[in-house]
Amino acid sequence: MLLIPCPWCGDRDETEFHYGGQAHVAYPQSPDALSDAQWAEYLFVRDNPKGEFAERWCHNAGCRRWFNLVRDTATHQIVVQR
Amino acid sequence: MTVEPRRSPLDGLDVHREGVRLRELPFPSQVDLRLDPVGTAANRVAQSLGTPLPVVPNTVVVSGDRHTLWLGPDEWLVVGPDGDAPVVVRALREALGTEPGSVVDVSANRVVLELSGARARDVLEQGCSIDLHPRAFGPERCAQTLLARANVLLYQVNEMPTYWVMVRPSFAEYLVSWLLDAARCPRVGADRSGRGTDPSS
Repeated sequence: MLLIPCPWCGDRDETEFHYGGQAHVAYPQSPDALSDAQWAEYLFVRDNPKGEFAERWCHNAGCRRWFNLVRDTATHQIVVQR
Repeated sequence: MTVEPRRSPLDGLDVHREGVRLRELPFPSQVDLRLDPVGTAANRVAQSLGTPLPVVPNTVVVSGDRHTLWLGPDEWLVVGPDGDAPVVVRALREALGTEPGSVVDVSANRVVLELSGARARDVLEQGCSIDLHPRAFGPERCAQTLLARANVLLYQVNEMPTYWVMVRPSFAEYLVSWLLDAARCPRVGADRSGRGTDPSS
């Protein structure tokens, strides 16, 4: 079980959180100009690095706020809160 | 047609078990408040409540018989006695004025269970992963967390200790059963007085 640092509530068990996937995925500037392939790329394709990964989490069972953090996907070490 | 007297979800439960007392506080008034904590409305709300809103996460400010619990950086819960909700809603809506925010009567959203007695912390610790030791948690602290897998809002009222465990009505009977069961089981490593082994004391 991960111990995840919520920026508001402090360290809490992973079971209190909801995972939100990769962070910093920007919404396209003009979605209607995209081809289906580009739209699918935006919707579904995410990085899958072995190592540090910036991701979104929501403290569902606590303050219900979204936040970002950087986790090492190989070691589960939470590197930095961003 | 006869009018049935109103009944609280646990029908005024009040039991003593192995050094703890568990009872329902029936019909509490609960008002959810959302606003920008640095806006001008925050000052008017503070005047209206008689105290500033708690801005430190997971803390509580008590003013008379009203308890204002921090739920989030822009969200609070004002808990008061039976019948207080309409008064609080009116006062807070007036204080909020035209600023963005909301004031909602959520009195039926949670059942308030009061767990008190010398072993109250031992009982909660059997199903709650946050640190309730006085070094980390104490009076006028609250936390939204999981207790025995149920979402709860936990609030330590005093040093005794007395806790309020606020839970959705549909989870209340389950949580009461769990709490009474936990009260019966001494903690692993507990001595005969029923208190857990505590390296710091």
